[in-house]
Amino acid sequence: MAELRNWLERLGHIVTAKIWRLGFAARFFFYVLLHSGTALRRFGLTIREIYFAGVLSMIIILVSGLFVGMVLGLQGYDTLQRYGSGEALGVLVALSLVRELGPVVAGLLFASRAGSAITAEIGLMKATEQIAAMEMMAVDPIARVVAPKFWAGVISMPLLAAMFSAMGIFGGYLIGVQLIGVDEGAFWSQMQASVDVRNDILNGVIKSFVFGVAVTWIAVFEGYDAPPTAEGVSGATTRTVVTSSLAILALDFVLTALMFTGGTAK
Amino acid sequence: MKRSTIDIWVGAFVAAGFAGLLFLALKVGNLASFSTDKAYQIDAKFANIGGLKVRAPIKSAGVVVGRVSEIRFDNESYEAIVTFNVDAQYKFPRDTSAKILTSGLLGEQYVGLEAGGDAEMVKDKGRLRLTQPAVVLEDLIGQFIVNKAAEGKSSKEAK
Repeated sequence: MAELRNWLERLGHIVTAKIWRLGFAARFFFYVLLHSGTALRRFGLTIREIYFAGVLSMIIILVSGLFVGMVLGLQGYDTLQRYGSGEALGVLVALSLVRELGPVVAGLLFASRAGSAITAEIGLMKATEQIAAMEMMAVDPIARVVAPKFWAGVISMPLLAAMFSAMGIFGGYLIGVQLIGVDEGAFWSQMQASVDVRNDILNGVIKSFVFGVAVTWIAVFEGYDAPPTAEGVSGATTRTVVTSSLAILALDFVLTALMFTGGTAK
Repeated sequence: MKRSTIDIWVGAFVAAGFAGLLFLALKVGNLASFSTDKAYQIDAKFANIGGLKVRAPIKSAGVVVGRVSEIRFDNESYEAIVTFNVDAQYKFPRDTSAKILTSGLLGEQYVGLEAGGDAEMVKDKGRLRLTQPAVVLEDLIGQFIVNKAAEGKSSKEAK
């Protein structure tokens, strides 16, 4: 009996701690939004963060996009030509990249490449008491450190996803048209006939924007909330990657359900 | 790293991102090829639209001349009213007939327009009188079976 009570107490404690953290994260999110005036006024701060979060992620995004597109080209052609519709390869590559793979894979790469770095930097600043020192000097660390990182992530993510999709379609073109020999005209014209700017491309951009907000929010929060020890920072970095990857996949399901189910049939 | 160098890299990054978006919108999407700003609307009543969807193409002689903009159910005649957005550069006579066709055996459904001989053209918000509903595969198969059964009966009676 005592064991059961003990176990229930522990469970309750875990649940309360999680809810407490979620509430704190939500409050933190609004605090960042309220104090992002400095990040937008002194835009140099944000530009510096865009360099670290966006520009340095470009190589991995472009190379992964190219390879994902090439694999889609090979796999898609293999399946489509069984039904005699190899020309539809362009449609397959473009729709799967623009709607799903572009935002999701770019988001996952962004979370592990840039999100972990953001968490580690903020966590280490906290561990070495740089954040406390800023507060001593009456500099708001959220406005000076967190908000520029947040906005840099939100700005970078849709651009990275667009680059990923564009590069992936180029990869599909290389494999489909140049290597396998699908007719070039059919490849592009069928793609253009079935990819809609508003329904497909704009929805993809909205998805990547939402992922950008989610990933950077999780990253800055985990960094700011990290226990100020070496272990705490490493744990927070791991949690950033795990939580934001799960958040991307869960949000992707919700957004896809909202955007694409019965989208064309009223 | 100096501020100015960072600025150049971030500028290049943002430019590359927008280039990607532009590529998606212009080369991959259909932003440039067909715009609906200069279009007029025609509607038509169909007894059955089958699997026709909003945004399905409207073709005449195989050329896409517009898209389906709305599908409604008319509660008085118990028929479907389909509204077409037709590109303003294409004009059709008033006795044009509309059919719901399928591209290939299992492909998507589209509306085929066949021009008539009337001298007067359809105006904006006009209605096409001559329509042919979608072919429902189940009905066809049912008809085929009935015909086969009737054939068998008549050949037996002939003996």
